[in-house]
Amino acid sequence: MIRHLLQSKLLSHYVRDLSAVVGSVILLIVLLGAIFAPFIAPQDPYDPKTLSLQDSLTPPIWMKGGQAPFLLGTDDQGRDILSTILYGCRTSFLVGSSVILIAGTIGVTVGLLAAFYSGILDTVTMRIADTFFSFSTTLMAMLLLGIFKGGGIPLVILAIVIADWVRYARTMRGSVLGVKEDDYIQAARACGGSNLRIMIRHILPNAIPPILVVAAVDFGAVVMLEATLSFLGVGVPINKPSLGMMISLGKNYIYAGKWWLIIFPGIALISIVLGINLLADWLREELNPRLGQR
Amino acid sequence: MSLFLMFAYIVRRIAQSFIVLLAVSLICFAIFQFMGDPVLTLAGRYATQAQQDLVRKTLGLDRPFYTQYFSFIANAIRGDFGLSYVTQVPVLRLIFERLPASIELAITAMFLSLFLGITLGVVSSLKPHSLGSRVIMTGSLFGISLPTFLVGILLILVLGVSLRALPPFGRGRVIKVIGNWRTGFLTIDGLRHLILPALTLGMYQLAVLLRLTRGGMLEALQEDYTRTAWAKGLSQRIVMFKHALRNVLIPVVTIAGLQMGELIAFSIVTESIFQWPGSGNLLLTSIYETDHPVIVAYVMITALIVLTINIFIDILYGILNPKISYD
Repeated sequence: MIRHLLQSKLLSHYVRDLSAVVGSVILLIVLLGAIFAPFIAPQDPYDPKTLSLQDSLTPPIWMKGGQAPFLLGTDDQGRDILSTILYGCRTSFLVGSSVILIAGTIGVTVGLLAAFYSGILDTVTMRIADTFFSFSTTLMAMLLLGIFKGGGIPLVILAIVIADWVRYARTMRGSVLGVKEDDYIQAARACGGSNLRIMIRHILPNAIPPILVVAAVDFGAVVMLEATLSFLGVGVPINKPSLGMMISLGKNYIYAGKWWLIIFPGIALISIVLGINLLADWLREELNPRLGQR
Repeated sequence: MSLFLMFAYIVRRIAQSFIVLLAVSLICFAIFQFMGDPVLTLAGRYATQAQQDLVRKTLGLDRPFYTQYFSFIANAIRGDFGLSYVTQVPVLRLIFERLPASIELAITAMFLSLFLGITLGVVSSLKPHSLGSRVIMTGSLFGISLPTFLVGILLILVLGVSLRALPPFGRGRVIKVIGNWRTGFLTIDGLRHLILPALTLGMYQLAVLLRLTRGGMLEALQEDYTRTAWAKGLSQRIVMFKHALRNVLIPVVTIAGLQMGELIAFSIVTESIFQWPGSGNLLLTSIYETDHPVIVAYVMITALIVLTINIFIDILYGILNPKISYD
């Protein structure tokens, strides 16, 4: 089994592609930090009992005035920046993975059905998709959250899903149209396979690779979108951790020289997005059949 | 063919755009109808039922949904989007006052990203493994991995606050041109104020276009027609620009057009960070204040702009690539 894996093309390309390795290492570090936040964070930044205003706006530990448990300094509420970042990354991963799972499932289903049955179903869904597309994802999520105020993280996920599923539907439709008339589909049909069976067993596995690339890129985009929405004050509620909100708070102290309020959450955010983008680049090249025969 | 076919195509596209606009307006209207009652915001939290009813009646919010929608459409066609709930000023005037600032920012960002994106993309495709190309590609990777608001904040932090090289907020000195149009293009101060916001807004787009151009150029330089052009002994300039780049520009222009919607959305973020007195900033305030007429009008106007630009891009597409037919 392991030997088989070691000899596989996918793995050998992966190891040769330095940027993919770097990307996944970065992503893995942040992911582990986020998952184990309650165990490694020096402080629970959203438990008021552990906060003290006397500790507010402490600079990072290596600077003059830095204090012991606060490795990267504290914000204006006395929250430890490192702890808040770890908890904030949890929100980023939660929102990012929920959105690509839900929007991906909806989009793949709609795109598959539209392309398979074509005709009026295809026309109607694609016109709806066009309408969604003339909005931008960002603007739409912003408006939805501006209207349905105060719904917490599930609402943020829902708003982004509503604005985002079209991306998957369009990609899936194009991909299905590409394989729909292939010989093996005709063969499955000749063997008397039902529509459902043909769709799930034959079309889906062959049409899914482009979706994987879209999902990888989209994960980064969704993480950035959540941060943007929270930065603008329409995203995650004020009592929940979010990298975007941390930076928004740091903005108030930008002229006071409290750079650590912005730089560290910024680095965390960039790490997540950069990590997934490096992986997505590798995935795109691996799955692109035109580049495959090198 | 083809003038007639092209004309027919344009007419059909415009008709389709109208349908999309109607759908957009209906969705907007439906959402506002069922969610977030503006009466509660406007009459104040402690208003009595009678006061609330009065506000509801004066705004016409007591009429049935379809009546409200049709009167909205009828008025919108005449260019009347109603009064802002909060300021009681015609919505369109409110938006048009701020539109010049937004358009100047968006155009500058668009120009920056197209010019720098395509130039750097071509440069990095010439010697793809040189140090310079690697630096450009790493930079572009950061460009697509940094959200717009973070780019803006970092630019303010470094260039505005630490180095004090450029003004970090506002529009600076503006000069009145015609009517309501005040421009920042004509004063040094105005141009200096434009640099940071335009860079912020254009950065993501720049990185996307750069990567697209580079990828396209690398593929095009392998094609037979490029090799033929080299073999004919044409100069590098002619081969690169006339043969390779021309074909690469087609997807680049398309993506640039598709990104227009995102550009407008990100201009909201950028304007808010740099306190730019544009329409995006107005939208954000209106969202906070539940000022529905302003939001609806803003969405309709931006949808109209995006649809118009996409029609132009489709036409441009046909000019760049004679193989595409309009049927």
